[in-house]
Amino acid sequence: MKFLDIVRSAIQNSFRNKLRTGLTVVAIFIGAFTLTITSGIGTGVTAYINGQVSAIGAADVLTITKAADATATASDGPAAYDPSKSTTVSLGNGSRPGSTIQALTTADLAKIKATAGILSVDPAVRVSPDYVEYAGNGKFELTVSQTGTITTADLAAGAQLDNSSSSDQLLLPTTYLDNLGYADAKAAVGTTVSIGITDYTGTQQTVTATVVGVQNETLLGSGAGLNRSLVAHLHTVATTGEPAGVSAGYATAVAHFDVSATKAQITAIKDDLSAQGYSSQTVADTIGAFETVINVIIGVLNAFAVIALIAAGFGIVNTLLMSVQERTREIGLMKAMGMNGGRVYALFSMEAVFIGFLGSALGVIAAIGVGSLISNLLANGIFSALPGLQVVQFAPASIAIIVGVVMLIAFLAGTLPARAAARQNPIDALRYE
Amino acid sequence: MSVPVLSAQVIGKSYGSGANRFDALKGVSLDIQAGESVAIVGKSGSGKSTLMHLLALLDDPDSGVLLVEGTDAKKLKAKELNRLRNQDFGFVFQQFFLTANATVLENVVLPLTIAGVGAKERKSRGMAALEQLELADKAKNKAKNLSGGQKQRAVIARALVNNPKVIFADEPTGNLDSATGAVVEDILFKLNKENGITLIIVTHDTELAARCDRQIFIRDGLEETADSPTGTHKRGGAHS
Ligand SMILES: Nc1ncnc2c1ncn2[C@@H]1O[C@H](COP(=O)(O)OP(=O)(O)OP(=O)(O)O)[C@@H](O)[C@H]1O
Ligand SMILES: [Mg+2]
Repeated sequence: MKFLDIVRSAIQNSFRNKLRTGLTVVAIFIGAFTLTITSGIGTGVTAYINGQVSAIGAADVLTITKAADATATASDGPAAYDPSKSTTVSLGNGSRPGSTIQALTTADLAKIKATAGILSVDPAVRVSPDYVEYAGNGKFELTVSQTGTITTADLAAGAQLDNSSSSDQLLLPTTYLDNLGYADAKAAVGTTVSIGITDYTGTQQTVTATVVGVQNETLLGSGAGLNRSLVAHLHTVATTGEPAGVSAGYATAVAHFDVSATKAQITAIKDDLSAQGYSSQTVADTIGAFETVINVIIGVLNAFAVIALIAAGFGIVNTLLMSVQERTREIGLMKAMGMNGGRVYALFSMEAVFIGFLGSALGVIAAIGVGSLISNLLANGIFSALPGLQVVQFAPASIAIIVGVVMLIAFLAGTLPARAAARQNPIDALRYE
Repeated sequence: MSVPVLSAQVIGKSYGSGANRFDALKGVSLDIQAGESVAIVGKSGSGKSTLMHLLALLDDPDSGVLLVEGTDAKKLKAKELNRLRNQDFGFVFQQFFLTANATVLENVVLPLTIAGVGAKERKSRGMAALEQLELADKAKNKAKNLSGGQKQRAVIARALVNNPKVIFADEPTGNLDSATGAVVEDILFKLNKENGITLIIVTHDTELAARCDRQIFIRDGLEETADSPTGTHKRGGAHS
């Protein structure tokens, strides 16, 4: 029997009992649909995160903190007091409430600077302004983005921060516009806002700065970005009246390395730092942490989809065993007329593969339709603040893999019935009532 | 004398085991020469179909030896066995075995499909076979919608579509009225005379048996000797 004839009669045979084939196809459809949607979410989110990583830039920056004491884990209780250790500092927003880390001292900074591959290191100065106000429209709390100074913002209007400029600049998040009293993003560019900050003695002072741009929200939070000049200015104001030697420690430091460093070189620098007791993260690492969480969720969803497909596989076994039994005589006849066992096997396997193909193709098509629809609805709805995020995206390669995997599962499910068919003795099969 | 196409030497076949064991064939010997027409005659349940299935290599005998053109059938490779079944033998089964939902043409060309013959040639050869049996107008009908006699003719068309050397026919006229039965008989004997196709026909019909060159009488799994006093034998003998 020719291969084409086998395919053709396998397809015809699978339509002989439409209800039974239909129900099996539905079972496969559900599995393939789920798998396509979850992998689509994976593709969409990964594409968005990768886009963010490359858009944010600052590929040559490491954020360095002192590694947490290995001994001071929660179950062990607090570590014994060591007077030679520097003080701990509380981390600002973004970290676990109440968590503290060891502060970096000037000696630490020197050690980091001496590490091979590190070009420069600056202590990260944290400033906590009290409010921001525009044109007397009321005072609003101002959250400062810790990474805002060194990263490239996803702009809605205006320009990036200029760190070499001596003028005080800031980038406002789109969410601030309404409250501050701007009509739109364009209207904010070039305006001057006043920022209130309390100095060491408890007196509130005001600093003015120019809004150079408006940025879209990113995964790194929705704080305002300040340029170096403004940070320095605010820091000077905040430390007015501070006795000498008080702020000897820094929570984090920002180190630069060669921008053309390879992944392996970056890893080497990080390993070197961690051997000295510092933990360091690139911007990509920070964002990558989101990806890890999302990948875990997608992994769990995929596992459910695969379980559904395995259940569907048993549906195929059942369907085909029934059809082998129904067609016992036909198999006997074909064998009596010289069809070899291998071809009989191929005929039934092909039928299983076809059922698998039908279910997965329909499931994938439906998933693409539904997924695109939902993705567009979400992009214009709850994710409208994250432009460029298409939650569900479909990569042709992963779609092909899904269809291929389902067909493979179907083939494996078909082997048992197909073997039963191929082994039949022609005359026993013909006598079967 | 040339090597017989088929030669059975004391072949036996039993079904079941233990107390349920039933000896359907108890040692039958016969030679069938190329171009012969042989009738296998006997009462219902005597073992005719069993014998035919063994001769057609559809089943293995439990005892005795079966030679196909001088070769022991047991020593045939699976591939050679399939080639024999597919190209040298044509079968007409007592119960037809048509695929109900396939068309008559699809049913008739099944041996060609299995052989891997192309679709065009399948169609032309299938139609030719159907025309011989005056069934061409039913080619596109579903097999289940044929009358009993039409089904009988369809399975005969299927048996001869691959131009076999030997046709095995189990009650080929059992379901036909005498007129159609005569048409079918004429076709079979014409193939025998003109193309030299060997005919092995299992039948109850004494007249059909009488048209064959030779009759083999089976009774309770054994061949009856020529001088046994059965009516069928006498009449068959008288004709030949
Ligand atoms: N698979 C089987 N299992 C048990 N017994 C069987 C089997 N096949 C045939 N028999 C028995 O073997 C005997 C011969 O059967 P067979 O079909 O050869 O008879 P037959 O001569 O062709 O009869 P008929 O003219 O009615 O077709 C019968 O008694 C039948 O019951
Ligand atoms: Mg019979």
